[in-house]
Amino acid sequence: MGNNIVLDIAYVDKSFGGLQALSNINLQIEEGKTHAIIGPNGAGKSTLLNVCIGRIAPDRGTVTFNGELITGKQPHEINQAGVVRVFQTPEIFPELTVLENVMIPAFAKRDGSFKFNAFSLLSDETDIVADAEHVLDDMGLLGQSAHVAGSMSRGDKRRLELAMGLVQHPKLLLLDEPTAGMSRADTNATIDTLKRIKERGMTKVIIEHDMHVVFSLADKITVLAQGMIIAEGAPEEIRGNPKVQEAYLGESTDE
Amino acid sequence: MKMFKLSSKDMMLMLVLSAAVLTMPIWLVPFGAGYPDLMQKFAIFGLFAVGFNILFGLTGYLSFGHAAFLGVGSYTAIWSFKLLSMNVLPAVMLGTIVAGLFAVLIGYVSLRRTGIYFSILTLAFAQMCYNLAYSVLTPITNGETGLRVLRDDPRVLDNMFGVVQEGSPVGSLFGVNMQGYPGFYFCAVMLLIGFFISLLIFRSPFGMKLIAIKSNQNRMRYTGFNTRPYLLIAFVISGMYAGLSGTLMAVTDPLAGAERMQWTASGEVVLMTILGGMGTLTGPLFGAVLIKYFENIFSAFNESSLLEIFSFLPEPLQHFVVTIVHPFVGEGWHLTLGALFMIIVIFLPGGLVEGFGRLSKKFKSKPTQKSE
Repeated sequence: MGNNIVLDIAYVDKSFGGLQALSNINLQIEEGKTHAIIGPNGAGKSTLLNVCIGRIAPDRGTVTFNGELITGKQPHEINQAGVVRVFQTPEIFPELTVLENVMIPAFAKRDGSFKFNAFSLLSDETDIVADAEHVLDDMGLLGQSAHVAGSMSRGDKRRLELAMGLVQHPKLLLLDEPTAGMSRADTNATIDTLKRIKERGMTKVIIEHDMHVVFSLADKITVLAQGMIIAEGAPEEIRGNPKVQEAYLGESTDE
Repeated sequence: MKMFKLSSKDMMLMLVLSAAVLTMPIWLVPFGAGYPDLMQKFAIFGLFAVGFNILFGLTGYLSFGHAAFLGVGSYTAIWSFKLLSMNVLPAVMLGTIVAGLFAVLIGYVSLRRTGIYFSILTLAFAQMCYNLAYSVLTPITNGETGLRVLRDDPRVLDNMFGVVQEGSPVGSLFGVNMQGYPGFYFCAVMLLIGFFISLLIFRSPFGMKLIAIKSNQNRMRYTGFNTRPYLLIAFVISGMYAGLSGTLMAVTDPLAGAERMQWTASGEVVLMTILGGMGTLTGPLFGAVLIKYFENIFSAFNESSLLEIFSFLPEPLQHFVVTIVHPFVGEGWHLTLGALFMIIVIFLPGGLVEGFGRLSKKFKSKPTQKSE
């Protein structure tokens, strides 16, 4: 494992109108680690994630994944390179069944960004179905696999989205508040799942508000405030850092 | 033969549909629709709608310009009759392919936009084709007069093989003239082949990806799919179906005019698809048959036939009823269509197929209600 840098964010700037959302961000994500990005609301966490997956083009700076420049690439190219993002508001295919929701990303992993397989039958795709069912079982969603995804509870939708990400066996998983809106029990179940993935050596970046989640999972924490990195280090260092406490002072006390 | 390993349910569907389509000349007689001209229309417009549904039903992209491909197919078929042979096979192949090429061009540009902008772009392209056919392209389309097959056209292949037709030239399949019943059966076989291909697409991973694009295209991009080629292929396939339908129009009646490309024809196929059930396998076919059937029934009425129908009423009342009903029949049958369309969209948003589903559920659930 060592200290291989998987994702290298260098000198990234981004402003929306007069608002400087990100200024001069330099961040390295090490292979196999779980890296948490925390910070008060509006600190630029989601913007940073969007820059990583090609949803937002930075004004300046570069994002390199495994030595390959991904700034300016199409979202599907970044996904095919092995970067998968789990969204904050569940992004699923509401009209499709739960099983189909997971089969779609499994097809993307196997077939690449385009394949014209109009004359093979879905019922012959036993490998894809097995893959999808395995992941759904892991997430505790197998019992719902025939349900229409749009009718699931919010917490289940979030777990479904995590399943959609995991079925692609990404090299880098970007999680945007994976437990927001979940009950305590669901949160703990998700923490357990994420810990299990860690054992398999998947690199993860987590954006999170919930300090319980952050301190249970993160190997390293970066603190963002007003578009700038104000602290970076191991969880113990961050916990005692006065600058971090100051940044969070204005925040409500629900953390 | 892996590709024909359909589920038994789909096999059954295919068999029942084939039987139903091929026996149309028998069971349509009581409905007053058992004559070849109308049945040809059923098959041709059924095929058009089945193809349109591959784009509109699966991807959700609403094209308002598919009549352009219908027209291109027709003109190509007539030129094939004029230059190559009165045999319908080259016409069918060329009509489908040329319409496909047009679809590549129009689709490539139009698919840069989504939603209403996509619809407007396709509409604009179709109207351009329509106007070009009337103006600068007159040497190819023969403008307002329409393109006809003439006795002294070159017909290179026919002359080469010494095929001679008596009288005015008609489309034929190795000596069998494609008019009347043979024409219907030819269209019916094309419809069944087209339906079978649509069934395969519906049951394939490709079809599922198209539905996923309709459901959440953005998510598809972040899932690693390049959605543009998927949409373009769906567009081209549906354009080729439209081209084939246009070709069949020319096959059963060897002339082509620009009015086939008018926007009303594009709108009609949208109505057929929605009426039958957009995104369902069989719905568009039902929708096409229903619309063409009602068009035939309602447009046949005129004032005197109405007076006859309502002759059982006392005279003042008879005239009153006829005055009210008259605008809805004959030339004005589109009013009836509009009313029917509104009723379906409001009460059965899933179209006729949803209606059938509800009915069969009602019948099935009655005996089991007690056990629940």
